Amino acid sequence: MSKRRSFDLRSQPGFTFVALLTFFMLYLPIAALVVYAFNAGSSMAIWEGVSLRWFYSAASNERVQEAAMRSALIAVCAALIATVAATMAAIATTRTKPYPGLTFKYAFINQPLMVPEIVTAVALLIVFSRIKVWTGYSGLGYLIAAHAAFCIPFAYLPIRARLESMDLTLERAAADLYATPWKAFRHVTLPLLRPGIIAGFMLAFVISLDDVVITEFVKSGGQDTLPTYMLGQLRRATSPEVNAIATVFLLFSVVLVTAFFFINRRKA
Amino acid sequence: MDTASEVAKRAERADVRSRWLLSAPALLVIFFAAVGPLFVMLAYSFMVKGDYGDVKPGEFSLDGWFSVFFQRDIFDDTVGLADAHLSIFWRSVKLSLITTMLALAFGFPTAYFIATRPARTREVWVFLITIPFWTNLLIRTFAMQEVIRNEGILNTLMMWLGLIDQPIQLMYTDAAILFGMVYVYLPLMVLPLYASMEKLDFNLVEAGYDLYATRLRVLWRIIIPLVRPGVIAGSILVFIPSLGAYVIPRVLGGGKNMMLGNLIELQFGAGRNWPLGAAISITLMAIVMLALLVYVRNEARSGAQNV
Repeated sequence: MSKRRSFDLRSQPGFTFVALLTFFMLYLPIAALVVYAFNAGSSMAIWEGVSLRWFYSAASNERVQEAAMRSALIAVCAALIATVAATMAAIATTRTKPYPGLTFKYAFINQPLMVPEIVTAVALLIVFSRIKVWTGYSGLGYLIAAHAAFCIPFAYLPIRARLESMDLTLERAAADLYATPWKAFRHVTLPLLRPGIIAGFMLAFVISLDDVVITEFVKSGGQDTLPTYMLGQLRRATSPEVNAIATVFLLFSVVLVTAFFFINRRKA
Repeated sequence: MDTASEVAKRAERADVRSRWLLSAPALLVIFFAAVGPLFVMLAYSFMVKGDYGDVKPGEFSLDGWFSVFFQRDIFDDTVGLADAHLSIFWRSVKLSLITTMLALAFGFPTAYFIATRPARTREVWVFLITIPFWTNLLIRTFAMQEVIRNEGILNTLMMWLGLIDQPIQLMYTDAAILFGMVYVYLPLMVLPLYASMEKLDFNLVEAGYDLYATRLRVLWRIIIPLVRPGVIAGSILVFIPSLGAYVIPRVLGGGKNMMLGNLIELQFGAGRNWPLGAAISITLMAIVMLALLVYVRNEARSGAQNV
């Protein structure tokens, strides 16, 4: 053993270097983006000192405010719908022996994960543009429906995982004590399921907030969300204002993901 | 009088029925805003294109599918291959394959590095991979732009080092798309690789060294074969979104360097050829489904191995 001390079984030449380089490259672009948000100058090219001017400029831009509000509204509605639907679906597809249609349900619920976003986006464009003409309604409902659909598999994942780690003993005990199915659900299943539901809601919320492609194709005129607003700005000569928006957005996502990480860890 | 088995059967049927009712909202939302529209699109691919976009209702033709791969000469009506489309198909496949290989080249050592850390720090490294994964794709694409634009970090650094005198034009090239896709999809390679490396049995590695294998031989003959399911899973998870990429080539590739996603958008926008756009979309989806089939079979097999 002692003569082996210097020989590390696990090391491979160059691997640590490449790995650290990868981590560095993973964060360097984000760091650059954030640093340039604090540029005092109005060009992306030249660094002119530190300032918060672009954060003020973004915060007082009416279109940015509207887009941010719209993003939040869509994400909350879509995540709520997705979480409720996913919770019900998860209860219906776990803790049972296989029944006809179970595999079909799995495939159907995960379908939005399997089709490229651009394909779903143009398919929705086709259908929704027709419905818009037929009904004359062109509000946010289309975006909320589209977001809810692709959020369901993300909300479903942690809820189903949580359910599968629970057995039916407590629910059976409740039933033995003459609880109605609803009471048993309300007072036994739901409290136990809560961490999964919160995690599912947060995942769905982040996924909805981040969406660019489907939103870009489904939105009507004047329905920009924060990501599609930024995409539109990129086509013009960009100013550090977009960096400032991106920085705030980024911070928000990181906080959410960190919270999700800790909620999930406490569960385990 | 009912027999006990009939009562049980009826209870079971009621259970299945209530389970269908419970899953109905999720299934309906997905049907209305994801699956259903795909079938409408399939129908659209067989219709006649409208003069200002959309389609002419009730008129059917195979022109949409025909023009995915072929084109008719305007003057003498001869049929030739649609070079523009085929070159975009080829570029998409080529760039996605290169992306996958580069992601593997960087992702494999990274996953191995994480898997060989002590258990407590391992979680932190995984977390560091997960954070970029959950941040906005557009923002990460935009961040890559900061690195590769003419006044960006890469050019500044290389000029400072004296490697080049003039900035290299990287933006709006295929290289820019590659940079962006490797950067954005790398976590999708690292995570499944790590999942299979975590279970790696280092006794086998030790046995290899005991039998006088070199490091390279151990890597090639022991480690890589053992983590092969992770390699396949990661590669497919990177390949699929690369092939369907839309935002990255739009932002970093500019208007000229299109990939399939942008070709599809073009048909629904300025191209005003919805049947063709629908046909290309379905072709793209079919390729992705094939890749997924390989993925699912790989997962099933590696799952069976672990049992």
